[in-house]
Formats: sequence, C-alpha cells, structure tokens
Amino acid sequence: MARLNTPVMLKISDLTVGYGAITAVKGLSLEVREGEIVSVIGSNGAGKSTTLRTVSGLMKPKSGSIEFLGEKIDGIPGHEIVAKGICQSPEGRRIFPKMTVDENLDLGAYLRKDGAAVKEARERVLELFPRLRERINQKAGTMSGGEQQMLAVGRALMGNPKLLVLDEPSMGLAPVLVDLIFETIETIRKSGVTILLVEQNALAALRIADYAYVLESGNLKLEGDGSKLADDPAIAQAYLGG
Amino acid sequence: MTSVASGIARKKKVPLSAILLRLSSFLIMGVAVYWLGINFAHSPQEFAQVTINGLNNGLLYALIALGYTLVYGIIELINFAHGDLFMLTSVFSFAVLTELLGAQSPSGKNYALLLVVLLFTMAFGATLNVTIERLAYRRLRDAPKLAPLITAVGMSFVLQWIGLKWIGSVPVNVNTVLPSGKYHIGGVEIAYKTFAVFLITVPVLIILAFVVDKTRRGRAMRATAQDKDASRLMGIDVNKTISFTFAIAGAAAGAAGIMWAQTIGTVAYNLGFQLGLIAFTSAVLGGVGNLYGAVMGGLIIGLIQAYNDGLSIGPGQRWSQSMVFTILILLMVYRPGGLLGETAQEKV
Repeated sequence: MARLNTPVMLKISDLTVGYGAITAVKGLSLEVREGEIVSVIGSNGAGKSTTLRTVSGLMKPKSGSIEFLGEKIDGIPGHEIVAKGICQSPEGRRIFPKMTVDENLDLGAYLRKDGAAVKEARERVLELFPRLRERINQKAGTMSGGEQQMLAVGRALMGNPKLLVLDEPSMGLAPVLVDLIFETIETIRKSGVTILLVEQNALAALRIADYAYVLESGNLKLEGDGSKLADDPAIAQAYLGG
Repeated sequence: MTSVASGIARKKKVPLSAILLRLSSFLIMGVAVYWLGINFAHSPQEFAQVTINGLNNGLLYALIALGYTLVYGIIELINFAHGDLFMLTSVFSFAVLTELLGAQSPSGKNYALLLVVLLFTMAFGATLNVTIERLAYRRLRDAPKLAPLITAVGMSFVLQWIGLKWIGSVPVNVNTVLPSGKYHIGGVEIAYKTFAVFLITVPVLIILAFVVDKTRRGRAMRATAQDKDASRLMGIDVNKTISFTFAIAGAAAGAAGIMWAQTIGTVAYNLGFQLGLIAFTSAVLGGVGNLYGAVMGGLIIGLIQAYNDGLSIGPGQRWSQSMVFTILILLMVYRPGGLLGETAQEKV
C-alpha cells in the first residue's frame, strides 16, 4: 500500500526525547496523514514506545515539535491531549486490573459527556470484540493476555479518537489472536480512524501499513510505503527474521 | 517450601507450621468469644452500653482512618501529618463555634450553628490538606518513597506548632452545644451526644463512600490509584484527582475534629499524635488503601478499647493500648494485608 494523498494529521519534526542522560529518540521526523495506517518498526530499545509516550504527553521532548491537526501539542499535559483526539493503547496494555471490563471501558470515555454517543461507541467496541461482552462484569486483571489486549484497544476506542495510537498490540499473544488483532486494526481504519502503530511483529505491521518508518537505536533508519518495505530484502534480513 | 505440583493426584502435604498457625488462630478467636460471652452473660445491659460507647469512638477513628487510607491508596504515602490535621480542625471548630460565635450551651440556634460550623470545619480540613499536598508532597511524587515520608513527619511538626501557637500548651475545655441528657432503653443509657455522633458521622461516611464508589470523580480516583500513566491516557487530570483525594481526606478529618471537640470536650495541640496513631492502626487493621477496611478497622478498635475499658470482667483501662496493638499484631500475623486488604502482590 502506498501513502495516501490526504492532509497531514500528525507531524513530528526533529524530535529528541530522553530519560536523564540517555537519549532514546534522536531527531525523529514522522508524518501521519488522515485515514492512514502508519507503522513504526524497529528492535527493542529503538525508541518506538518513547515516541508514542511523547505524542501522548506522558513525556516531554528535549527538542523538536509535535503538531496535531496543525496545532502544536508537545509539552501540554497528557490528559489534554486525549481531549484533542489522540487515544493510546499503551505498551503492556495497562488496563485497570481491579476494575471490571465495564468500568475500564467507561474510563476510556472519561472525557466524553455525550451519553448516547458513548453508548454507541460501547456497542461498536463490543461488536468488534464479542469476547469483551462475555466478560463485561469480570475484573480485568483476571482475564487472559489476549482479552486484556482487546480491552486496551477497546478502551482507547471509547474515547472516540481521531488518531488511535497502538503500542505493540500483538505482544505476547498467540498467533491466532495476533491475526485477529491485525484484522481488527484494519476494520477500525475502515470506520474512519487514523492509526499510528508500533510493532515488533514487523512483517504484519508492514503489510497493513500505508506507510512505515524503521527506527534503529533512536534514529530513523528507513521510511517508505508499507508494502515496499515488506518486500525489501534488507528489511527482511534485519527485522523479519530472514 | 514443599514443592507440590498442582493437579497431580498426590496427597498435598500441609506443613506442620501451617496447621499450628490455623489451630492457634481458632484458639485465640475462641478465647475472645469466650471473654465477650461471659461478660455478656454477666450483664447484658453493661455489654450493650459498652458496645455503644465503643461504636461512638470507633466512628470518629473511622473518619480519621479514612484519610490515611485514601491518601495511601492513591500515592502510597503514609501521611504522618494527618493526625495533626485532625487536631487543627478540632481547634478550628473550637475557635469558630465556641469562641467566635459563642455557642457554648444547648439551644436550637446553637444546633443550627453546629451544623454550619461542621461544614466550615470540613471545608477548612479539605483546604488545608490540599495545600499541604501542594506544598510538601507534590514535588516529591517521583522521588524515592522515603523523601515524602520525611516531609510528612516534618509537616506533622509544623501543624503541631501551629496548634501550639493557636491555643497554647494546656488542653482547653470546650463547652459543648450538645445536650448532656441521656436516653434510656431497657437499662441502657445512650447519651444525646452519642446520638449526635451517629447522626453526623454515619451520613458523612456514607456520602464519602458514595463519592468514591459511584461518581465519575471517584472512578478517576480509583483509576489513578491503580495506574497514573494509564489514567492520563484516559484524559484524567492526575494532579487534580490527587488534590481531590486530599480534599476528601481533610473533610473527613474535619467532621471528626468538630465532633471530637463537642463530645470529648477538650482540645489540645498534641491531640493528633495519639488519635493519628489509633486511626493509622485502624487503616492498617482494615487493609490500608481500602475504604471500607478503614471504617471497619476504626469501629473494631473503638470496640476493643471500650470492651477492655468498660467490661467488668477484663484487664481494665491500663491495658487499653496494649490490647489494641496485641490484636493488631495478631491480625498482621494471620492476615498480613489487613481484614479487607488484598494480598501484597497486587500493587505492581
């Protein structure tokens, strides 16, 4: 698939982020256009999650800027970024283990005041993940990893995002579930949500992506259309296990 | 210790120590039930009377314990200054109701003033607690756990000093607006003051539990307690939520403060130490971080003290603190997480 010709939604320019003395992301520039699936791949420690955490306002950049729909969003607190339309399903799922599936979903819609629309969103999420409907009153911490992942994605969708940010949605899941998650990501995109995806499962992430970026120890190494990168022998060798 | 593979059809070997632990817990409970039983048989009226006194104090402990448990639940800080905050609210209520407004005897007008000052005292406690968090704890939120703990100890001294400057070093008598009479049912006397404590603390506890359990703000509190970054990703303003928690804790302490001044009848600058210790113990007994546990712990400690001090067959008042802490230690041995607490593994 190739890059869409739509307006730019998220524009990261020359972003540098670090933890104390360690610089995790070095001068990264990246673009997500409306309606796209953009994948960011790279090995452990490449700076993928740090980038997403910075987009969601959980970390402050050392330099560079992030613009969302033409508005500068770097440096504003995380909870305000959600209000602008960026919802994230974070690395490690981070569901609220002591709350039920139902309460977790409600928290996803924490900022929304339109009761009827929230109800609709919940219905869509439960249609997308019928398993969650079966577990609706179960404590989220007692569910399997796959179910928790569905909950994390569903919870992010409850916020009615313009841009859905997914950090390693396939991590630790059985192969059948991995396929299901990737199919669901495409379904979500079809419903009009733009997606920024970070994955270690590089091949699957490249196949569904319109455009992709390859990070290596904090630097942008390569970028290009998802399908092209998927067929690139150099990429195959480095990230797709030969 | 014993490596028992689960699921294999083999008899589970239970270590002797576990059996002994279980047996000893039955033995201790048996002794307690026997002790309460003979006292009940000896004089049911006395027993009922003492129970009511115990619940009276227990409700006040519960309100203070709530503050420890809420704050621990959300930022894992043992807020050593909380007992002294309670002290300052009781001093505040004395200064406003007794001195400024001159409400020193029972009358219809003074009951109304009591209710108004109750609200003011709760607001005072809430504002003070929010300010303390802002000044002393917020900047240290990401620091090692010991740093805010020491600040809390320091804050405790600051509040005591304010209390000392405010009312001096000698305990001050409070002329209560509550009527001094007693209500008699079947040989049991219930002081009107006790009714007042029930009438005010029980609704406050119920409202606070409702706020935490059922409201949007309460849900944000519970989410923040579990995972701050994930809460931010939901759009929850974590700082605001923590402030709100301190406000609720301070308001509960305020309700306890004014009722303490009105029913016990003295306020002193060092009140916070003793009451804070008891309330903190209540919170631990109930399972720190658990709202209902704190209430339960407060009531249990109130009852233990009352039974120990008031029942005719028993160790008597001198052993009061020893009894409370013996029971706390025993409970910690058998249930390290407290009565309603989860086992330690939960908090990641």
